[in-house]
Order: sequence, then C-alpha cells, then structure tokens
Amino acid sequence: MIKYLAKRIGRSLVTLVIIISVVFILMRFMPIEGYFKNYDKMTEAQIQAGLEAQGLLDPMPVQLGRFFYNMFHGDLGVSHTYRVNVPVTDILSEKIPISVQLGCLSIIVSLILGIPLGTMMARYKGKFFDKFGTLFIVFIQAVPAAVYYLFLQMYGTQILGIPLLFDASNWKSWILPVLSMSLGNIAYYGMWLRRYMVDESNKDYVRLAKAKGASDNTIMFRHIFRNAFVPMVQYLPSSFLNTVIGSIYVESLYSIPGMGGLLVQVIKDNDNNMVQAIVLLYATVGVIGLLLGDIMMTVLDPRISFGAKEGGR
Amino acid sequence: MSVANRFARKLEENAEQELKTRADALANMSEEELFSFAEYDESEGEKTGYSNYSYWRSTLNMFLKNKGAVFMLIIMLTVIVFAVIQPYLPGQMDPNACNMDPLTFIQARNVQPNSTYWLGTNSIGQDLWARIWAGTRTSLVIGFSVALIEAVVGIVVGVLWGYVRKLDFLFTEIYNVLDNIPQTIILILVAYIMTPSVGTLIFAMSLTRWIGMARFIRNQILIIRDRDYNLASRCLGTPTWRLIVKNLLPYLISVIMLRMALAIPSAIGSEVFITYIGLGLPSSTPGLGQLIEEGRKVMMNAAQRYQLIYPTILLSIVTISFYIVGNAFSDAADPKNHR
Repeated sequence: MIKYLAKRIGRSLVTLVIIISVVFILMRFMPIEGYFKNYDKMTEAQIQAGLEAQGLLDPMPVQLGRFFYNMFHGDLGVSHTYRVNVPVTDILSEKIPISVQLGCLSIIVSLILGIPLGTMMARYKGKFFDKFGTLFIVFIQAVPAAVYYLFLQMYGTQILGIPLLFDASNWKSWILPVLSMSLGNIAYYGMWLRRYMVDESNKDYVRLAKAKGASDNTIMFRHIFRNAFVPMVQYLPSSFLNTVIGSIYVESLYSIPGMGGLLVQVIKDNDNNMVQAIVLLYATVGVIGLLLGDIMMTVLDPRISFGAKEGGR
Repeated sequence: MSVANRFARKLEENAEQELKTRADALANMSEEELFSFAEYDESEGEKTGYSNYSYWRSTLNMFLKNKGAVFMLIIMLTVIVFAVIQPYLPGQMDPNACNMDPLTFIQARNVQPNSTYWLGTNSIGQDLWARIWAGTRTSLVIGFSVALIEAVVGIVVGVLWGYVRKLDFLFTEIYNVLDNIPQTIILILVAYIMTPSVGTLIFAMSLTRWIGMARFIRNQILIIRDRDYNLASRCLGTPTWRLIVKNLLPYLISVIMLRMALAIPSAIGSEVFITYIGLGLPSSTPGLGQLIEEGRKVMMNAAQRYQLIYPTILLSIVTISFYIVGNAFSDAADPKNHR
C-alpha cells in the first residue's frame, strides 16, 4: 500500500512538472502586448528594453529554469495589465479564500441533495418520483451548464428579489451561485447512486433479508444503501473537478471576487503572467484532487488490494 | 434497463404460451402414443445449430422498441436537415446583414418578433431566425468534427495500444499524465494561444477527448482478444479483419456511438463557455454559443429577453435529442441486451 501511494504521488509530481513546463513554453508564444500596460504608445527600443528587463529574450531553457527557481521561492512574476506590477501571488491570495468557501459549500449542498435524490429514486423505482428524477438528470446532463446557469441567474434573482451581482454580506446572494455549482453534481450523484442501489437490490442478501421479514425501509437504508455508497466514492474526485471548473463560469457571472472570475477577467485583459499563474493553479488543484480521490478510495474500500497476485479489482 | 425488462417479460409470456400448447397436446394423446419411442428426425437435430441472429437487425429492433428515442431521433434529423437546407429556402435573410428600415434607413435594432423578422433582430439589426440556423450549422459542424476526430484517433490509438504489447507501457504512462489535466483548462489555454476560428475550436476540443476512447478500446481488446471463442476462430483460420468485425466490433460499437453522440452536446457546451470567456468565434461566424452570449448581454431587459430564449430553445433541442438518442442507441447496440 505504501509502495502504491509513493508511486501514485510520484506520478502526480511528474505530471505537475510536465504541465508547468508545457504551459510556460506555450505562453511564450503569446503576442508580447500582454507584457506591457501601454504597448501601443511604446517605441520599438522601449519594447526591446522592457523584454530584456523581464528576461524574455533569454534562451527558453534558461527562462524555464528561472521560472521553476522563482516558483519555489513563492514568486510567480508580476501582473502586467490587470493591476500593473503587483505580484501575482498577492492578487491570488486575496481571491483564493472566497473560491474555497464557495466550492466547499457547493460540494456539501450537492451531497445533501444528491444522495437523497438517488436513494428516493431507487426506493420508488418506476414510480412518479423516479420518472421525475430521471427527467431532471437528463435535462441537467444534456443541456450545457453554461446555458442553464443563465436562466437560474435571470429568474432566480427576480424570485429572491436580490441584485444580479454578488454581495458577500447578504446571505441570500450566496444561494444562487452555490446552487448553480451544485446542480451538475446533484444529478451526477443521483444517477450513479440510483444505478448502484438498483443493482444491489437484485442481489441474494436482499432476498434473504426480505425472507426473514425485514421491513422495506430497513432493507433499503441498512443494507442496500451502505453497500451502494462505497463505489460512489470513486466519483468524488471528478465531481470535485467539476465544481472547480464550474466556479470559473459561475464566479464570473455573479462577479464574485474569486479565482474563476479573475481568470475570465485576465483573459480579456491579455495579461500573460496572470493567465499562466491561474491556469497552473487550476491544473495543480485538478492533479491534487484526483490524487486525494485515489487515496481516499484505497483507505475507504477494504476490498481494493494492491498485491500483484490478486490482480486488479 | 426498462427495455431489457420489457423484453424479458415478452420472452416469459412466449414461454408460458408454449408450455400451455404442449400440455394441451399431451392431454389429447392416447396412452400408446405417449409411451412409444419417438422416431429419429434429422431436421430436429439441426434446429439448434442454426440461428438467424443478425447483430444489426437486433440492434435496430431494440432501438425501434424505444418509442421516446425514436421520437427524439425524428426531431434530431428534422433539425439537422432543416439547418442544412435553410439558406436555400425562399425569403431567408443573410445572417450577417445589418438590416435597415427601407424607408427611413434607420437600423432595425432589437425589433420584436414580427412577420418580417420571424424571431426579431439583435442589437445591431441582424435577423435572429437566420442567425440561429447559421449558428446551428456552425455548432453542428464543430460537434460532428470533434466526434469524428475522437472516434478515429481514439480507435487507432486504442487498437495499437491493445494489440502491440511493446507500446503498452509507453501509452499507459502518457495516459496517466494526460488524464490528470482538467480538459477545460487545456481548452482555455489552447483557445487563448490560438486565434479563434472554427478550426482552432475543433482542434482545442479534440486535443484530449480521444484519450478516454483509446483507453476504453484498449481495455476491451485486452479482455476480448484472447477469449476462447476468438482463439477457436483463429485456429480455424478466420482472417483477422473478420475477427474484428464479427467478434470485437459488436462489443465496442455501443460505447463508441455513445461517446460520439455525447461529444456533440459537450462540444456545444464548450463553445458556449469559451465564447463567454471571450475566446470564441468572431461574430461573422455565428455559433449557438455566440448567440447565447449576445442574448446574455441583454437578458435583464425583459423586452429583449427573446434574444436569449430562442437560441436556448434550439440549443436544448439539439443537445437533449443527441443525448437521448445516443443513450438509447448504445443500449440497443449492446449485445448483452439482445434476445
């Protein structure tokens, strides 16, 4: 197990190094406007001097090496057009907390709503609730999130009687962004939990429980639910990723002062260093999320073994 | 699931009927008939040896049984055909022309839907009806291209990965690295670096989508390749292409088709997203994502809300029909659900 974990963590590190290098090299092909605030008014000599000063004329391996060196010293460069010459790390550290709060809230909400949805659909399989839930899931999965977020914002703000844009001090304005970010995961959890519970309910031990006279509710919640929940854990990492990615759009729509909204802003501003730093941050969050998901699976499910003899799961 | 259930119930009914007729026949026989030896009949022996099972016919039958999916398929085909022929119909406007009032020469901005502009005009006087269909065409071209590239690259890489043992280690390591990177991040990065056009959007979306497909094909090939019936076929001298078409493909087709069908809604979703963050198509090539973004800008003005709602309706019809048809077809194409 230790060996497996070491290997898994090592692989994540290698992935990160590769991603960082590729992103850094690709970003150097961007037009150089993104390194200056008032590019249009600068003379050719000034531009050359500016590039020289930022070390952008050095050979690529030197630049990459310097980038890694600076990164380990907590320096990701400075913003060029978004907020001139403010270190990227300063800007990010203001923005990260609110994104983390929003993400955690949304994961909690989607678990609180998604698990009962799946359970109730399996409990009343083929009945009205099941059909209604299936309709909801198909709709959420088929229609792009980017579209139904808009309608949620448009009608939701009217119904709640709140302004379009986010205001952290008003608890009401947290409802819509969190709900938007949760909907996809609610449908996702609901769909898989229902499927696993229906699979479990066809197994022999359920028939035995029925034969010995256990009530439907006991069977459902004490037997089926517990067994069906274990494979659900494997969907946590990808739902975590969905939340992180969903936050880019949601935060920007509601003007929430977080990371996602910032990314959209700096893309529009052509701020190369900021885009680079945020893309790297998201990639890192993704890699760490999947890593934690795998580790969680190995800890939670005793049936997964790592001996070469037993083979895969 | 429900399709399988319905199928099972029908089988059960048939079996019951059969048993009843046999019991009746037995009751009508005399003692002598019942207790004498049956004669040997060669044709009876042949009965189990022949099956008129045809993979594609069974798939079609299973699909046609799903009424909802057939309905969605009809809607989907109607939309596709109409999107293609729309510019050639009489009385259609140019999606990029900024229309003016013929008398006053004032731009026809934000005109409500009426008999001239069927779905109204947008903020610079372009006809929304024409733009919606032009957008559907663009989005479908992007979606189909992404689906096709995913299928071709995914299958080729997957087959190499599964069949050539020397490549297995290399491909697995590449997969482990690529699979860790969030696709949306790659999409944003590539779209940021390249100039926006239909081609670059297709490129950015296809860059990593094939990985999942290749992985699936590789796993299936590893599982199925050395099964006993394939070994037997190979010993009998069946050519490899026949093995692939008859024994391997039926197991792969359902997932390949499902992934291709789902590539279209997801490509359209990516287009909406990438347009929102300002990296989408130029406005001379309208896509559904771009229309939604134009509509979003005026959505808080109740009178102009139609500019968001109409593109959304068409987009939802396209994505939902592809989603449902894809899922139904993949259920029908799975040999496990046949008979």
